[in-house]
Amino acid sequence: MHGLMDPLHPPHLYVLFHKYAYHAQQFEGTMFARGLKRKSAEDGEDVEGGLAGTQATPSYSLQRQSLLDMSLVKLQLCHMLVEPNLCRSVLIANTVRQIQEEMTQDGTWRVVAPQAAGRAPLDRLVSTEILCRSVREQEGEHPAPDGGGRMPGLVPGLSAVPSAQALRSPQSSLWEVDSSRENRGGFQKSLDQIFETLESKTPGSVEELFSDVDSSYYDLDAVLTGMVGSTQPGHGSGLQAFTSAATPPPGSSCRSDLGELDHAVEILVET
Amino acid sequence: MHHHEYSYTGLGMKMGFQFYWVLGPWCSPSGSPAPLSCETGCGEGSWILVCRLLVPTRVSLLSMEEDIDTRKINNSFLRDHSYATEGNASPAAFRRWGRAQSKNQVHRRGEYNVYSTFQSHEPEFDYLKSLEIEEKINKIRWLPQQNAAYFLLSTNDKTVKLWKVSERDKRPEGYNLKDEEGRLRDPATITTLRVPVLRPMDLMVEATPRRVFANAHTYHINSISVNSDYETYMSADDLRINLWNFEITNQSFNIVDIKPANMEELTEVITAAEFHPHHCNSFVYSSSKGTIRLCDMRASALCDRHSKFFEEPEDPSNRSFFSEIISSISDVKFSHSGRYIMTRDYLTVKVWDLNMENRPIETYQVHDYLRSKLCSLYENDCIFDKFECVWNGSDSVIMTGSYNNFFRMFDRNTKRDVTLEASRENSKPRAILKPRKVCVGGKRRKDEISVDSLDFSKKILHTAWHPSENIIAVAATNNLYIFQDKVN
Repeated sequence: MHGLMDPLHPPHLYVLFHKYAYHAQQFEGTMFARGLKRKSAEDGEDVEGGLAGTQATPSYSLQRQSLLDMSLVKLQLCHMLVEPNLCRSVLIANTVRQIQEEMTQDGTWRVVAPQAAGRAPLDRLVSTEILCRSVREQEGEHPAPDGGGRMPGLVPGLSAVPSAQALRSPQSSLWEVDSSRENRGGFQKSLDQIFETLESKTPGSVEELFSDVDSSYYDLDAVLTGMVGSTQPGHGSGLQAFTSAATPPPGSSCRSDLGELDHAVEILVET
Repeated sequence: MHHHEYSYTGLGMKMGFQFYWVLGPWCSPSGSPAPLSCETGCGEGSWILVCRLLVPTRVSLLSMEEDIDTRKINNSFLRDHSYATEGNASPAAFRRWGRAQSKNQVHRRGEYNVYSTFQSHEPEFDYLKSLEIEEKINKIRWLPQQNAAYFLLSTNDKTVKLWKVSERDKRPEGYNLKDEEGRLRDPATITTLRVPVLRPMDLMVEATPRRVFANAHTYHINSISVNSDYETYMSADDLRINLWNFEITNQSFNIVDIKPANMEELTEVITAAEFHPHHCNSFVYSSSKGTIRLCDMRASALCDRHSKFFEEPEDPSNRSFFSEIISSISDVKFSHSGRYIMTRDYLTVKVWDLNMENRPIETYQVHDYLRSKLCSLYENDCIFDKFECVWNGSDSVIMTGSYNNFFRMFDRNTKRDVTLEASRENSKPRAILKPRKVCVGGKRRKDEISVDSLDFSKKILHTAWHPSENIIAVAATNNLYIFQDKVN
């Protein structure tokens, strides 16, 4: 239905699909059937304690990983569409963020088996590996299993997540997306890195998920067709687009943090 | 009364219907017919069909038969399988039935026949983005009827069009400078002058585009709504809502803009919008996070700050990774009274009182048995299906669609609900729709269907309810069903 069996699709995408399908088969009768309920922390317990109990279930972690893989596949696929459905993309991206957030809080956000830096074996998920490495190096708190994977360029906001969570009232939903801009920026960056690395691997996907290129061009169109809008943002971005149409989109991720980008590219090159 | 006989030329598999009733007091039960329009989208063109209430029947079935050999269409028509309530489908038989029933003072009821078919949008190509803009219609909305013609708005992803559907049953004959075929006559041969007269002709229904409202939306239009002042309307895409005047096509006012400065921070989109039925300054819009905002255009030109914010607190016991997706609102509708709004998310329909923002006053489970299947539904993308919901004329019953060609009705007063099925087997003469039931656990009774047997490709996304009578129209994938309540 998704065309995932299309032999024209790049191999890593194919591997992604198989991995999540494998997990789906394994856990079909169990939690998948129950809709992958996330166990919420008990009242009164802080985040660390609550999560410690839930994260122990390996089936839950694998299931969550499968869901993450599935979501990434979907994102990449809808990215390949002629014009992606924005609502669908946003919902899937939010799901990915939620999983990422929980996995980061769990402290499970790392590669399952240590891998030597360099060659990625064919049965590994390239994107997951990149995911894990890029966020791990951002965390800076969990030493890499192989001991050599630490890279500079930590995002300070991300390391503050656990303490920020602990300060919240126990009743508050653990699902609250952290409102601090830094945290969001940190997650965004890792998310965008995923998108970028996925993008660069697939032919045909040219734009970022929420690329600003489109809208700035369209604002240009709007300006040229003489559309009168009463909003400042509309006008502003339109005029901006007019003057900066040739510049790369302002929404480009991680352009400011070339270190992390280089690292991601490095991984790709090495594999 | 003559039936139109139509022939069918192939259409693709991908089709959908939308249809809308004319709203307003001019659809009186004993008065003029209430038109109904439906849209078919397919690979080669987007057609709007206008169907008019003519001769009453219990069930009207307008169906598209697929011709899988050819994907191209030249014209698209419906085969009209209209059934009389009693006896066969001939008008004569119906008249006999009608007379027999006149003692019971059954007032006239209607059979829907196809009245007009026209293509609304054509595929376009956006050269800047190198993208094709699909011609499929996203929404149709009727305008109030002010003269003999019907006006409706239809929109695809980017462009809104205003159509006029009018009848012509007379034509002028006897021109001086043209002959009957329209060829110019040699002025030298004209010896006398005559006045052209109007002579009757076969009824011709023509649809003409009166306005085209284009180039105002960067993202895909998901809603259009006519204002109660009947002078303006709004169109909403994923991130912006624009206000238009019907007379002005090269200008629109942006009244809502939720696009973040940095698109990477985008986490929420607009999913539906509607004007208040009586207050022309108020409108609501719903979001992908399950919130509804009521805005007042008098407050500021850009209504980014809402007057009211409706959101239900989350139920922690039902939390899952899919909570946000299933809370995304696919449709929002004001009640006819203007006092309530109804929202549809993936599993429920909720009724909100405009005066209470912190939670809905009523919640109805549409298909809660799907809650345990959310992962599979996420996998096959069904979780992103956008169902609509409708009020009946008196705001006492609400209706929405589900899978397996089921649709559900909820009576707000008696708190009773019913599941019905729109299928060919049920659409025979004398057929009374039988309530259906989905079996969720253990033993399955004879008439029940188990959750695993549901056909998720048969989804009813669009339904409509006559503004004053108990006549409903239900759109299944290839068929349009019209059902009527016998007891009025």
